[in-house]
Amino acid sequence: MQKSFAMAALLAASCGAQAASDADLAAIRAQIDDMKKTYEQRIAALEQKLVQAESRTASPAKPAPPAPVENRPSVASANAFNPEVSLILQGQYRHAKNIEGRGITGFVPGGEGLNTRGFSVDETELVLAANIDPYWRGQAIVAMADGQANIEEAWFQSLAIGQGVGLKVGRFRAGIGYLNEQHPHMWDFADAPLMYQAMFGEDASYVQDGVQLKWLAPTALFVEVGAEVGRGANFPGTDRNNNGTGGGALHVHAGDDVGVSNSWRAGASWLKTRASERTSDFVDIGGATAQGAFAGDSTTWLADFVWKWAPNGNSTHRNFKFQSEYFVREEKGGLTCVGACVDSSYKTNQSGWYAQGVYQFTPQWRAGLRYEQLDSGTRDFGANAANLVVDSYRPKKASAMVDYSWSEFSRLRLQVAQDKSMLGITDNQLTLQYVMSLGAHGAHKF
Amino acid sequence: MKRFIFACFFGLTVGNAQADLKIFATVPEWGALAQEIGGSKVQVYTATTAFQDPHRIDARPSLLARARQANLLIAAGADLEIGWLPLVLRDSGNAAIQTGQPGYFAAADFVNRLEVPATVDRAHGDVHAAGNPHIHLDPRNVLKVGAALTTRMAELDAANAAAYRGGYQAFAGKWQAAMGRWQKEAAPLKGVPVLVHHASFVYLLDWLGMKEVGRLEPKPGIEPTSGHLTELLARQQSAPAKLVLRAAYQQDGPSQWMAGKAGLSAVMLPYTVGGTAEAKDLFGLFDDTVQRLLKGAR
Repeated sequence: MQKSFAMAALLAASCGAQAASDADLAAIRAQIDDMKKTYEQRIAALEQKLVQAESRTASPAKPAPPAPVENRPSVASANAFNPEVSLILQGQYRHAKNIEGRGITGFVPGGEGLNTRGFSVDETELVLAANIDPYWRGQAIVAMADGQANIEEAWFQSLAIGQGVGLKVGRFRAGIGYLNEQHPHMWDFADAPLMYQAMFGEDASYVQDGVQLKWLAPTALFVEVGAEVGRGANFPGTDRNNNGTGGGALHVHAGDDVGVSNSWRAGASWLKTRASERTSDFVDIGGATAQGAFAGDSTTWLADFVWKWAPNGNSTHRNFKFQSEYFVREEKGGLTCVGACVDSSYKTNQSGWYAQGVYQFTPQWRAGLRYEQLDSGTRDFGANAANLVVDSYRPKKASAMVDYSWSEFSRLRLQVAQDKSMLGITDNQLTLQYVMSLGAHGAHKF
Repeated sequence: MKRFIFACFFGLTVGNAQADLKIFATVPEWGALAQEIGGSKVQVYTATTAFQDPHRIDARPSLLARARQANLLIAAGADLEIGWLPLVLRDSGNAAIQTGQPGYFAAADFVNRLEVPATVDRAHGDVHAAGNPHIHLDPRNVLKVGAALTTRMAELDAANAAAYRGGYQAFAGKWQAAMGRWQKEAAPLKGVPVLVHHASFVYLLDWLGMKEVGRLEPKPGIEPTSGHLTELLARQQSAPAKLVLRAAYQQDGPSQWMAGKAGLSAVMLPYTVGGTAEAKDLFGLFDDTVQRLLKGAR
């Protein structure tokens, strides 16, 4: 009884003390604020005097600093050095035809084919990045899906070479074209253009394990030249356990502003890879499947162009972005064939393009259209000309999208598309997709 | 031909060496300040205009090309340019202007920042962990940044150090005088309650002793919603504001709506150099800001 009474008294007393101290605190805060203001004014005056005095006495050889002390936020714990972490959540609902081994007619498939329908979660991307020291910066992107985690990118980049030189070493998305360096969450449509799927398979990007060297010219016009060499393990090349390199790329980009409202970038790129035993299915004259393995060189040329417009250069409310890319690929070598066919030479020349425009008409809403077309071109199978079916076809696709962003970190997108990428099939697709970015989300490229 | 190419390269490098300080300023206010201090000794490139939202800038190719050649990069700092500047720095291939180098100068590092959040959570919108970055609208901050910038410029370009100090001294003298004038003129603004579009005017209001009673953006960086505006309108009964302020780069719709419904005067402020015809330089910026506020409060 006594105890609880004492407790209550204590409680009451502490409450009283609390109330009093709140009022006191406010008064003290006001006083401190006043003091701060007067001090700030005096400091400003002193600083000025200091600079004046200095300029009178200063010998240029030894300039004494007028010493307004830097006032950076200080975090005293060790985890202040933790890398920037961000996570991309992406998923969709997709309505489409069920097509086993979905591919593009007339093109060698670079993967299993994307045939996921209904609700699904795309790869979840974990991004870790930080300055390593004053000389290097590192970044890793891990794409997680059921039962697997892929290292999408893992590289370090130079900060201190200067002279416009940039060096990147590790696994990186090649600097070719425009879309190649962009991760899916930066795309303006729910899927990659057919052209990228035809060129690089379902990941729609060429990733290189190797070294990239870039040089930015010291001119008012943006001119950047890049060269890459590396393992060249990914489609259209294949992985081989060799000394030396398996692939290389060259790219040049130029860009500038036109007035205050417009800016552009254009580029040309070249990618060379080598393949050995790159297997894919062919159809023989009898209609049966034949297994062919290609060995030889694959050369891809790319041209890319981007134009952005925003009134007064203020893209927050309204802006328009046009982008287009074109590619030609030439493959030369031999084909080893299993089935109703023989070993033969192999020579193809194929091309394709896409063009898209995206208009943001309010801070939250954007709408866009994309049209694309590929050309299966010439495919010369030499001695196999009489054995294998050569489809000549122009795959086409038209897409329209509208998306809504609550903030720059969250987006919901609706896309409809008519896909005629397979001979004799018209697939009307509907995709509802979300893209969410958590954490320290880095800047996006132009 | 070979000789010609050699001559070209030689010309370029010599050109670089001879040129005075090449300054890349991310925002017009610090570009203007660098020009005041450096005068004819500096070449200032300003990456944005007063009509662009400094939070949302594309890392345009032209910015990379300019950053490549700069000796000194002046940023507002406090994460204002987080959406584009880190990329420009990294891809510029310019070692001199990387964070931590003498060639990187962040203005917000040299003043006391307001609104440093206790917790950082995007549920509160696009908050800046280092505090409110719009520091330049308090003229006392301009002076502080100017002093620090002068030191930095003198350090980078010792040959012209005396000129920079002289430039700053002349500027600071005029600035002190102007500050006295502005404070006198703006005396009637003390205690005037205002609504703001975005938290762009925290330092201005702090300097003039004005009172912010609400923001049109429900959270920083999120555009005003009709629901939030209606709520603000209802609050006018209990805590009435006299003015509703927006920057030149912000849309006038929300503040006009508010002004019409609540009988306030909507005031567009230049926000930075170039925002209005009168705000030709830093002096014009504050002259015009004070005049527009006085006119609105009348």
